[in-house]
Amino acid sequence: MADPMRIRANMTGDKVEVKALMAHEMETGQRKDAKGNVIPAHFIQNVTVTHNGKTVLSAQWGPSISKNPFLHFRFKGGKAGEKVTITWTDNKGEKRTDEATIAGG
Amino acid sequence: MDATRRELLKAGSGASILALAVAAGWIKPAHAADWNKAAFDSKAFADTVKALGGGGSTESAQVRINAPDIAENGAVVPISVESGLPRTQTIAIMVEKNPTMLSASFDIPENTDAFVTTRVKMAETSKVYALVKADGKYFHAVKEIKVTIGGCGG
Repeated sequence: MADPMRIRANMTGDKVEVKALMAHEMETGQRKDAKGNVIPAHFIQNVTVTHNGKTVLSAQWGPSISKNPFLHFRFKGGKAGEKVTITWTDNKGEKRTDEATIAGG
Repeated sequence: MDATRRELLKAGSGASILALAVAAGWIKPAHAADWNKAAFDSKAFADTVKALGGGGSTESAQVRINAPDIAENGAVVPISVESGLPRTQTIAIMVEKNPTMLSASFDIPENTDAFVTTRVKMAETSKVYALVKADGKYFHAVKEIKVTIGGCGG
């Protein structure tokens, strides 16, 4: 099981500012190990961010997103105390969901 | 749509229908529920735009890429894209000289700002494209980022 994400959600004006750091190798499938064998690709393919049951951002990623991916975006309609939930799924079918409480601005 | 479906149903046994539908991209294999393999396999800008559903793209000053001119470490290049175009629906980031050109494609719902920041790997100095779908049309911006140490090697 992958390590938890670090998620911060803060009110800035009337918007919720979300910053997330996910723990993932994001292996490209292009690299070789010391013996010359290709290291198989292993990367996050889908990311979904929800708030009050509604999707506020969804993404499809390729292997060229950096290791331990970072994501930053903003949305309207959230309030301090509510939750923001992020789920990722990788190309091996592994999944991880974490949530954060929106902090006041 | 209905007519095509009927033709499909007439075409043959269940298994072959399913195979056909998967091949045609109407039904996606379960393990890649919402992952646009064709777009991530594309090697050129125009092909990627096509795979993402666009007929072509116009360069627009309303699409802005905020990224360093020189990236000292190609493994971690921060890229921020903002669109000033009304009804921005998607934002995609592409690195021309990467083995996989498309890095990310974001769907932007109505109440979400047309703004996103992430970090990408860059194999070498390359043009970086930001492609935006706004009100059904495609627009882009391009910026060259110089890389001192590549981020996709061993």
